[in-house]
Amino acid sequence: MAKTFQNLVSTLITRLGSLGRLSWPWRITWLYLTVVLLLPIAALVLRASSLDLKDIWAIATNPVALSAYNVTFTTGLSAAMINGLAGVVIAWVLVRYEFPGRRLLDAAIDLPFAIPTAVAGLTLSTIYSDAGWIGSWLAPLGIKVSFTRLGVMVAMIFISLPFVVRTVQSVLQMLEVETEEAAWLLGASDWQTFRRVLLPPLMPAILTGVAQGFSRAVGEYGSVVIISGNIPFRDLIAPVLIYQHLEEFDYTGATVIGTVLLLISLAILVVINLLQALGHRYG
Amino acid sequence: MVEPPPLPIDGPRLPGPRSRVWRQWLLIGFVVIFLTLVLLLPALNIFVQAFRGGLNGFLTALTNPPFLHAAGLTLMAAAIAVLLNTIFGLAAAVAIAHHQFPGRTLLISIIDLPFSISPVVAGLMLVLLYGKNGWFGPWLEGHQIKVIFALPGIIMATVFVTMPFIAREVMPALEENGTEQEQAALTLGATPWQTFWRVTLPSIRWSLLYSLILCNARAMGEFGAVAVVSGNIIGKTQTLPLYVWEAYVGYDTQAAYSAAVLLACLAFITLIAKHFVGRWAGMRHKSH
Repeated sequence: MAKTFQNLVSTLITRLGSLGRLSWPWRITWLYLTVVLLLPIAALVLRASSLDLKDIWAIATNPVALSAYNVTFTTGLSAAMINGLAGVVIAWVLVRYEFPGRRLLDAAIDLPFAIPTAVAGLTLSTIYSDAGWIGSWLAPLGIKVSFTRLGVMVAMIFISLPFVVRTVQSVLQMLEVETEEAAWLLGASDWQTFRRVLLPPLMPAILTGVAQGFSRAVGEYGSVVIISGNIPFRDLIAPVLIYQHLEEFDYTGATVIGTVLLLISLAILVVINLLQALGHRYG
Repeated sequence: MVEPPPLPIDGPRLPGPRSRVWRQWLLIGFVVIFLTLVLLLPALNIFVQAFRGGLNGFLTALTNPPFLHAAGLTLMAAAIAVLLNTIFGLAAAVAIAHHQFPGRTLLISIIDLPFSISPVVAGLMLVLLYGKNGWFGPWLEGHQIKVIFALPGIIMATVFVTMPFIAREVMPALEENGTEQEQAALTLGATPWQTFWRVTLPSIRWSLLYSLILCNARAMGEFGAVAVVSGNIIGKTQTLPLYVWEAYVGYDTQAAYSAAVLLACLAFITLIAKHFVGRWAGMRHKSH
């Protein structure tokens, strides 16, 4: 035991010694990564691992928490799918067609990345409320958006809109129109041309964009907390649940649900990286 | 085998059948309606709501002391966070761009991590680290240093969520430039610092500016992470996005939208600057 410890210390010292021999850019990079990123992540993970496994399970599978994951992930997935479909159409229209206002729309796509999420939530909840510009048209049909799960989805669509459009756009710009024309000349129908010629090279980009959008949507707080009613079992999302635990100084609850969310985001990140590797291979 | 239809004589460009023209306008119509409902109307609404009480209501809301304090705090926190991330971004780009080593891809993925972590979880991590019951909590309390519910916490939260912006934009630009110019400078007797300052930095200035613009927009607009660590104390630790939220929750629509309009203007300036700088940086064909 003592020997292992000694070995560990001596390894650490040699490591630190080699850190001293690193160039300045490396020293800054490691120091910064450690302080800003790794230390906070370690604080969360170690805090979670210091808890009793039974407690962790009880908190992580509490009905309110389960329903919050459910709302977060199913709504996030619906938003990502809608953005996947709409994003392909938007990218196609922006790349292939010429019409007045095209450049303006192209520039507007980045708006969700530039606009603060609190402002997005504010204006979306006003517009989609019963008295709002769009909500007042939907209210007579019995559709309520603001302060419901539908509202959560609208906010998620807004904040993750640019991902699919941008990833697909960049691939579409590189594809040559001639390939489609060749397919068409060889007797393929429009649908066949789309499915057999266009879709295969676009697929990795579409999936990457959908995964990135999904990842952003499930972590989103600012816009959702404003447009949602934040009612458990109805439209309460996991990040808001963490915030509520913190407000009640329930650090254990916040830690467990935060860890669940962290692990899921890491899993999505791995999937995104695999998709991107796939895209490089076939792109 | 299916017999291919005969090739048209007048060149390869086919005038599409009438149904294609129809479809084109159908798709354009869908895109215009979708973007109007999701993006354009919400953006327009910010301005309409802010000026509904006339210019006077707007100006009164903007001279409100809590608002002025929130605006000042947001500017300061963003400035410090962007500066810190610039130092890190340049260091990381210089360290990583021209070197191949085992684990390089992993290191770049680690730098990207903050983009995947929910801002609320980021804030939680900082609370667990620097809060009263956190790792450094007792030590900080003993030395009378406040991090959580104070400016350092707000800056750390902002730094965390915006960390990758500059590193990830400057790195590919450096990779593209190659190392010949730096090597020439070093051979001619320049110190590494001179080389960085006079050769490397000018060569990546547009990419750097581009990433600064994006980083700043996110830093000023960050809500989730800051909401967790700041405590949202009016006139003390309330940033502009938190002010918007508080005003909205308190049914002070005029105040909420007056502040929102400023943040929206920041977003529009960001988009315009991004457009032009991106063009100068020759990034039009790159994917973002």
